[in-house]
Amino acid sequence: MARLTIPAEEYMRAGHSACPGCGATLVMRYLLKGLGPNTIVTVPACCWTVIGTPFPTTAIDVPMVDCAFEATGASVSGLRAAADAMGLKDVTIVGFAGDGGTADIGIQALSGMLERRTDAIYVMYDNEAYMNTGIQRSGATPRGAWTTTTPVDQAARGKPEVKKDVMAIVAAHKPAYAATVNVAFPEDFLKKVERAKAIRGPRFFHALSPCPPGWRYPPEKTIAVGRLATDTNVFPLYEVEDGTYRINRKLGKAKPVAEYLRAQGRFGHLTEIEIAEIQADIDTRWKRLLALEALG
Amino acid sequence: MVQEVISGNYAQSYAAKLARVQVVSAYPITPQTSIVERIAEFVAAGELRAEYIKVESEHSAMQACISAAALGARTYTATSSQGLLLMHELLHWAAGARAPVVMGVVNRAVAPPWSIWTDHADTISQRDTGWIQFYCESNQEVLDTTLLAFRLAEHADVLLPAMITEDAFFLSHTVEPVDIPSQEQVDEFLPPRVTKMAIRPGTIGRLGSFTGPDLYMEFRHKIAQAMERSADLFLEIEDDYERLTGRNHGGPLPTYQVDDADAVLITMGTATTTARAVVDAMRARGKKVGLAKLRAFRPFPVREIRQLGARVDRIGVLDRSFTFGAAGAAFTEVVGALYGSRHRPRVRDFVAGIGGRDITPQAVDEMFTALLKDRGPEVDWVGLKHRLEVNRRG
Repeated sequence: MARLTIPAEEYMRAGHSACPGCGATLVMRYLLKGLGPNTIVTVPACCWTVIGTPFPTTAIDVPMVDCAFEATGASVSGLRAAADAMGLKDVTIVGFAGDGGTADIGIQALSGMLERRTDAIYVMYDNEAYMNTGIQRSGATPRGAWTTTTPVDQAARGKPEVKKDVMAIVAAHKPAYAATVNVAFPEDFLKKVERAKAIRGPRFFHALSPCPPGWRYPPEKTIAVGRLATDTNVFPLYEVEDGTYRINRKLGKAKPVAEYLRAQGRFGHLTEIEIAEIQADIDTRWKRLLALEALG
Repeated sequence: MVQEVISGNYAQSYAAKLARVQVVSAYPITPQTSIVERIAEFVAAGELRAEYIKVESEHSAMQACISAAALGARTYTATSSQGLLLMHELLHWAAGARAPVVMGVVNRAVAPPWSIWTDHADTISQRDTGWIQFYCESNQEVLDTTLLAFRLAEHADVLLPAMITEDAFFLSHTVEPVDIPSQEQVDEFLPPRVTKMAIRPGTIGRLGSFTGPDLYMEFRHKIAQAMERSADLFLEIEDDYERLTGRNHGGPLPTYQVDDADAVLITMGTATTTARAVVDAMRARGKKVGLAKLRAFRPFPVREIRQLGARVDRIGVLDRSFTFGAAGAAFTEVVGALYGSRHRPRVRDFVAGIGGRDITPQAVDEMFTALLKDRGPEVDWVGLKHRLEVNRRG
């Protein structure tokens, strides 16, 4: 019998109110499997405000504290301070925010939390747009993607700007631990959560969270699209610990980015030339990541 | 009990220390800084065992306090002016989350133009956020009211945040003798915070959540009820404080020389001291004038205002801010309270002391004189150097 690498315990319940095929539900599910019951999660305005189900119900078996959109980092620091002041032992404090709430409106509070070295885990579940408000572009939306605020028409080709490199911003704060995780690679995800749980200090996860309605693909393709993101080097799996980079998945030859882009309606308008430009971007970023890893 | 000569800001710091706050989260702003500096010294010296979060903004300061309060911690922060305005979203949040955060606010004018001097525009513009608001006349009152505020805010029937305000520089940086109660006295008055609502690991629950039209209104109504209950509880708690310390500042609307008064001026903060001296001087000249100090702006003391209105025919309200509609906020609230009463004295608004402009005894004398003569506009800006004429056509 194969060894189980994913804990059987469930801390997230069926009956949540996410869309079918939602990646964000898996991010929370795997995270809590790794962290266990002695966890408090704070969540700002994001899809999970709704996924977590309305009063008086809840979708997770650990306490959840709602906080303001731009203030997850501060909420995390407040919870940690109170837990310490009140002698609550071994509790893991988690900030769980979307990409808009992290990369855009919440980046100040995140920076503050990292600089203060708050002993907590911050998770950015990245569905690459403001999905809860209905697919508006965020700083984490990739170049070329259609969103409702970056339409595709005669004079517009989707989002013109490149995706904000949140991991680099986080790494510049010298956190205790930072890693990318992808719901399509649960074993890698769980291994990193268990690693992070054992470390004290500020820890960060950039979790790829594929979104069927926002990315325009059928709900049953979430895992397939997620795998393509990593296997095309669009979303490499890596971790940064004490400033050292380690890439966790390297293919001999990455798949062409076009395979990832063609799987999603949000990129459906892209021409061969535009795809080639995106491929060049991805190749450059991958080379830079390899160079960072080589620094040791 | 010991007496020390301290600033209003230090009165805040001493109160936070005596309250044994567990989590402090603060960001510097003039003229609040010495409050949080002194608390940092207390923590550094080991005199106060608190977690002190040095946040990167006032917005984060308030969020950190709210989340810390969710675990049941006693929390404190302090700010002023722009910092308070930046907190605005979280002020609503604190009340909605029923987080009994206690905050010292140094009243400072709002930019632009930049001003570090006092007026009440910063806190008055937060009057609808669900916070209890106390305005202080002296450093002693700052210390005592801060301690009262912890007890009131954390009361199981209240669970609302409270701010204690002091006028910039007039109190924040002016030293006065202050009686400081002993730690034992404060411990008896203000035991450690106990709440059944605290979030605990291992339990299931969500604080905040979201609701539809079927429940949201009830949540808001509960806040309104808590605010209403806090009015009577404040009187009880102040009596309790008096039993321990011998001091009682007289509830939400203490009065002075109002019994036979022909005209009464309602003041907030340090202008009260000036006005009291003017009352004495005018009484010596045979003018029957009196004073009422609006200590609590939230909950608004409707009952006490109506009692006052039943005793005098002319009331002036000194507003140290202007809500750019028709009048100052204290005036409209006083008039609103009196309209539902059978006794409706004539009420006039005096807008004065904006941006730290001195409210001189002469200016207060002019207010009383205008009230007694029953002359002048309903809303008047007092102490303007240049009264700009409004161009009117036809």
